[in-house]
Amino acid sequence: MNFDLTLIWDSVPRMLAGIGITFQLMALSAFLGMILAVILLLMRLSGKWYWSWPAQVFIYVFRGTPILVQIFIIYYGLPQLDFVRESILWPILREPFGCAIVALSLNTGAYVSEILRGGVLGVDRGFLEAASALGLKAHQKFIYITTPIAARLALPAYSNDFISLMKATSLASTITLMDMTGWRRLLRPTRYLFH
Amino acid sequence: MTEALIRMQNVDKFFGSFQALTNINLEVKKGERIVICGPSGSGKSTLIRCINRLEEHNNGRIFIGENELTDKVKNIDAVRREVGMVFQSFNLFPHMTIVKNLMIAQQLVRKIPKAEARETAMKYLTRVKIPEQAEKYPVQLSGGQQQRVAIARALCMKPEIILFDEPTSALDPEMIGEVLDVMTDLAKEGMTMICVTHEMGFARSVADRVIFMDEGEIVEEAKPQEFFDNPKNERTKKFLSQILTH
Repeated sequence: MNFDLTLIWDSVPRMLAGIGITFQLMALSAFLGMILAVILLLMRLSGKWYWSWPAQVFIYVFRGTPILVQIFIIYYGLPQLDFVRESILWPILREPFGCAIVALSLNTGAYVSEILRGGVLGVDRGFLEAASALGLKAHQKFIYITTPIAARLALPAYSNDFISLMKATSLASTITLMDMTGWRRLLRPTRYLFH
Repeated sequence: MTEALIRMQNVDKFFGSFQALTNINLEVKKGERIVICGPSGSGKSTLIRCINRLEEHNNGRIFIGENELTDKVKNIDAVRREVGMVFQSFNLFPHMTIVKNLMIAQQLVRKIPKAEARETAMKYLTRVKIPEQAEKYPVQLSGGQQQRVAIARALCMKPEIILFDEPTSALDPEMIGEVLDVMTDLAKEGMTMICVTHEMGFARSVADRVIFMDEGEIVEEAKPQEFFDNPKNERTKKFLSQILTH
């Protein structure tokens, strides 16, 4: 057993075969996760318990359990249920790629909505009072004042989450997806390396 | 003088169990310049914030012109269209250029087309003597400049009344003058103004009436000459001696 640098070097191009899947997983789940995050945020900010409460439960569950478990439950668990196999979502949940996207989106959506909420709560009340005094309505204040200021406040934390998301895409290899980690898994036994 | 533009009748305001305003009765006529002073925590800011409903009063009635301030959103909107406000901390929108700060409410609230809103914005920026700063962001301006922009922003909405909430308290001493100059000009043009301020020189030269508040009550109300030279109430005397001896 020796440390073979050329082997590593030779493997890089083959692992890059998975970069397309890695980026697809990242971009698609970041996009869908953001939509979900905004919906969850609006639910939490609505001030109505019947909106806010389900959003809080969702966020609590998805932030409180490991992403790997979430991927397994969606990929291995859900198809056990008959009604899932008969639902319109089956074409998505049948494919490992679809399952990975669903799991990653739900997970990142929960985190990002909390990041956005931090941004919204961080907006100085004075700006909103000034907007009120000028006669802006609640939805105008939210669109033109709160959103742009909160987005700037949330950006550093969001960039962290984006990086976490990219790393989390590697877990998709556990459900047979050939992303970069997936190729690495394939290469290792073919080179007779230790396990 | 014409009928009162602002009428506050027996207004009380509570924050939890703390009573911030007690039985406030105040009438302001069109074109009047009122200065409200008093120690910190005396309810001065709360009083003027009730006038455009940044605070809700708990008892009593407040009328602005024809409109009574109630829970009705329609009335609140109508009042806010007529009442401008300038804050201690300027509160310019940090993500917009100066000229955009002046345009946004015109466009959204008054539905004025963009070109016309920009024209009005530039007109008022020229009036507060900083048209050359139009394309900068608030953080690039000095405190005095920011406060003049805030006054211009309020003026762009063509309000009947402007409320000033300690407009010079957050400024360095050398910038206070430029803001007071703008306010004095406004007063001369007949704008109805209610100013919460500690600038006694301004109160003396500009105000029609000075109101002294303490512990949520209006303690004394007089013309500036009488207020400063011959205060009646003990609390007023004490307050004046404290701020005028330095």
